[in-house]
Amino acid sequence: MKHLLTIGDLDRGELEELLDHADRFAEVLTRSVPKVPALRGRTVVLAFFEDSTRTRSSFDVAARRLSADVINFSAGASSLNKGESLRDTVETIHAMGIDAMVVRHRSSGAPHRIAEWIDASIVNAGDGWHQHPTQALLDSYVLRKRLGSLDGRHIAIVGDIAHSRVARSDIEAFTALGARVTLVGPTTLLPPTLSPWNVEVAHDLDAVIGDLDAIYLLRIQNERLAEPLIPSNREYRDRFGLTAARARRLRADAVICHPGPMNLGVEIDREVTANDDRVAVLDQVAAGVPVRMAVLFNVIGHGRFDDTPSGGDEPVPAETNEVHS
Amino acid sequence: MAERERGRTPPFGGEFLAHHQVLDADGVGRSVRRMAHEIIERNEGLDQVVLIGLQTGGVPFAEAIAAALSDISGTDVPVGKLDVAFYRDDIDLRPVLPEADTAVAFDLDRVTVVLVDDVLFTGRTIRAALDAVFSLGRPRAVQLAVMVDRGHRELPFRPDYVGKNLPTRRNEAVDARLDGVELGEVTK
Repeated sequence: MKHLLTIGDLDRGELEELLDHADRFAEVLTRSVPKVPALRGRTVVLAFFEDSTRTRSSFDVAARRLSADVINFSAGASSLNKGESLRDTVETIHAMGIDAMVVRHRSSGAPHRIAEWIDASIVNAGDGWHQHPTQALLDSYVLRKRLGSLDGRHIAIVGDIAHSRVARSDIEAFTALGARVTLVGPTTLLPPTLSPWNVEVAHDLDAVIGDLDAIYLLRIQNERLAEPLIPSNREYRDRFGLTAARARRLRADAVICHPGPMNLGVEIDREVTANDDRVAVLDQVAAGVPVRMAVLFNVIGHGRFDDTPSGGDEPVPAETNEVHS
Repeated sequence: MAERERGRTPPFGGEFLAHHQVLDADGVGRSVRRMAHEIIERNEGLDQVVLIGLQTGGVPFAEAIAAALSDISGTDVPVGKLDVAFYRDDIDLRPVLPEADTAVAFDLDRVTVVLVDDVLFTGRTIRAALDAVFSLGRPRAVQLAVMVDRGHRELPFRPDYVGKNLPTRRNEAVDARLDGVELGEVTK
């Protein structure tokens, strides 16, 4: 795996392998020295052209736990303000000798373009309304931990699907892992077309809530909504919010997820977040570091020889003559 | 396990072809039992001794040595397993197997750790294992038990307990399991 640009680039086996590796790194993080030298000598640039707290800091911690060198680049303090183009900025950073660039950008597709311009591994940390693959991986990781497996499980994604990169990546990851996904929201917040996704749609949360293994509440992104697509936060809560009354109708073993930051009293009531063990929001935050370690390790940690499996020119490394049982 | 590791290691998809058997299951059992006696003798008992098998080949030997120690002395020593993939200098060349987990459910501070592996060859696995052990705690001493020492060391390590010294050529392969030790080659 050279880049991680969209979840759609990964098949089920690759997704499961990343989650398995995340399990291994979660164990590393429990050690008295929670750090391994797997990326020693590698350099990771965090290029965040859009604000972020939790994604950026968890990539930062993940890279350091793997012993990589980390360069933080933020758009606010850069020559972009002097009129430098994205391409020039990216090529300048690349010329310093880096192995991976973690990119967040407000424009959909920016990480893809950067991957065409430079030779480093690109990890998409969120681009516009398009994709947020590491969020989907950590959501899948948390759901797999809580439910055992996503296979055959019924997951509802509730809210502003149209403007959500998290939803787009989650839909692809959950369905690839075998889950049945239902999108719930007002028509104004659903994307104009649902193809090629294999999903169901419901406009009435109460009709499906009793059947769910997991409910994924999206944030109402008031800052991204250019025009009013919901009448009011209050009406949204009445129809689509996870109120205490709705939470009682959710199965006892169901899981409640939210990508954060939460609008309490809109998507979810404080009464639910405060005392309900089914709320997995802190698990989601905690999963960020091991999952992003797995991603960084998979893009630059190994596999330099994968490109030439049949080459036969390189000497067979001595260690591999040892056969393990 | 071996098939999967071999399938993802150059030469990809190689198969182990045995030329002859060096030890049968009984022979392995006798060596394991002798190593258990030596561990007790060297450490003057089993107080503060723990075993850690290296994934994947060392784990069954660690469990077998622990069973022999229990049989001989009546003491159950703690047994852990350790995967050193993330500590390797040749990390590119070895797969990270999701099922090869690390599980050390006891404190390593001020104990004697006996690392157990199936085959000792270049010593690179042991170098990585020492780094890994010291990220888990600060043992009083670390000793090394291997079922087979096949020579060709590239680093200054000497095992404390050896099941079988087996002179080999570099291009040969050794397969050490509880049901026997075989010398052969990996064919593509």
